[in-house]
Amino acid sequence: MNTQAIILAITGFLKRMGMRGRSLVIAVPLWWLIVFFLIPFAVVAKISFSEAIIARPPYSSLVQWTSDGVMLLKLHFSNYGYLLEDSLYISAYWSSIKVAFFSTILSLLIAYPMAYYIARTSERRRNILLMLIILPFWTSFLLRVYAWIGILKTNGIINNVLMSLGITSEPFIMLQTNFAVYVGIVYTYLPFMILPLFTNLVKLDNSLLEASADLGARPMTSFFKVTLPLSVPGIIAGSMLVFIPVVGEFVIPALLGGPDTLMIGKVLWNEFFSNRDWPVASAVAIVMLVLLVIPIVLLRNAQTASVEAA
Amino acid sequence: MRKMSWFVTISTALGFTFLYIPMISLIIFSFNKSKLVTVWSGFSTKWYAKLLSDPQILGAAWISLKIAFMSASLALVLGTLGALVLVRFRRFHGKNLLSVMITAPLVMPDVIIGLSLLLLFVAMEASLGWPAGRGIMTIVIAHTTFCMAYVAVVVQSRLVDMDESLEQAALDLGAKPARVFFDITLPLISPALVSGWLLSFTLSLDDLVIASFVSGPGASTLPMVIFSKVRLGVSPDINALATIIIVLVAIGVVIASTVMKPEKDTQI
Repeated sequence: MNTQAIILAITGFLKRMGMRGRSLVIAVPLWWLIVFFLIPFAVVAKISFSEAIIARPPYSSLVQWTSDGVMLLKLHFSNYGYLLEDSLYISAYWSSIKVAFFSTILSLLIAYPMAYYIARTSERRRNILLMLIILPFWTSFLLRVYAWIGILKTNGIINNVLMSLGITSEPFIMLQTNFAVYVGIVYTYLPFMILPLFTNLVKLDNSLLEASADLGARPMTSFFKVTLPLSVPGIIAGSMLVFIPVVGEFVIPALLGGPDTLMIGKVLWNEFFSNRDWPVASAVAIVMLVLLVIPIVLLRNAQTASVEAA
Repeated sequence: MRKMSWFVTISTALGFTFLYIPMISLIIFSFNKSKLVTVWSGFSTKWYAKLLSDPQILGAAWISLKIAFMSASLALVLGTLGALVLVRFRRFHGKNLLSVMITAPLVMPDVIIGLSLLLLFVAMEASLGWPAGRGIMTIVIAHTTFCMAYVAVVVQSRLVDMDESLEQAALDLGAKPARVFFDITLPLISPALVSGWLLSFTLSLDDLVIASFVSGPGASTLPMVIFSKVRLGVSPDINALATIIIVLVAIGVVIASTVMKPEKDTQI
């Protein structure tokens, strides 16, 4: 076998270099992520303490040497101070969290019955429905968001239908509003909510519901006392999978939102691409990261809990 | 199976309508004669002809396909190694760090990943001289980093479900760990490898934000070109492009589900 010969040659070479197979297998993914995932955050943190200058790259160096060989460490906290001073940033963070929170709730309300139905229908139908949930994942996200422009705009599909039915004579302004942003976000992130909920609900032991029915509970009571509490890990996982990326969402507010749609992902983008202020963009990213630490920890706990339960 | 209440059934039907109306409208209006995307004025395929003769779109599509192929293949190797190490290796230095780092890109906002990698590349170029400039290669590195997280998740769940006794038996019979991996583990997890690669391929093909940060002159990907067109308003040739993608994906999913089905019975 040709491939086996190559593998033997490579492993032989590495053995002579003093690398054992086991540590090499660990080192490759570990170091890739350290270099291209962990260190970049350190670089962002570093640049957030530097000063914007007109140069390439456009930020000052933190470490400077004086003429008599003393090392000076210059940290500029001004970028963070700037975030506090200009109300734009605080209101952008606040409105991103608000948008993320309400779209998470909306997605949960829409996704729960869907996940429940898919989990409890016949196996044949379940597989088809699951495929229909996953299918949008594979088509372009950008183009699916774009589709809403045609649906929501002033002479778009919804207004055309409403006006031809005579329900309204004036078109509704929907595009470039927060309403459109909510529609876009819920639409895009709905599968991320449905799938963890489904994984949780499909494992629900039917005998628990039968027991509660035998003991005289109405279906509604059984739902609120048995099904809902048992699905909390699924609810947390799904909610965090929606909440965390939505806080930093850029494409949806950029395409569907208007000039007064304030979201921090868009602010960061403009700070970087329009203002070319790398240190402030870095400070914006660091603060966003700090805000997301708690939801990320919640998500991790929910995921390890579901792995241990399996 | 219990009878579902009408509330659940109707909500589910509405939910699926909500998920599919945008895609259906994209397809219908790609065949519209009028340039006004949402006003129907007769059947036409002229937007497909226009799309297929647009050198900017075709060039960007080619760049995107190349990037997606390279990123998915690299991510497949790295993500599989990561999953294998996390599931099969008992304890080692950095296990916790690896497990946090490998799942974090799944939820990390794109703008943060994009910005941090760009700043890394710039700092590396200034101090090490590598990578010289930005372009296809820096996009491949960035896409590999977030795609390997998806590969790792898919492969991890397959490894957890898999019966370890086959690997144990081979080891007991004296096979070297590398041989056990290539002869036993790899064939058994191959469905996960296929879906991990395909998922990475489409995610890479789809990414706008990260690519915009780490790209350089001359390396505009398809989403970057689409975004700059779409920002100016709707245009019917983009509908045609969307239709082509949706049809290709639907065909792929149907083929995959018929090809994968017999394998389901042989699952261990």
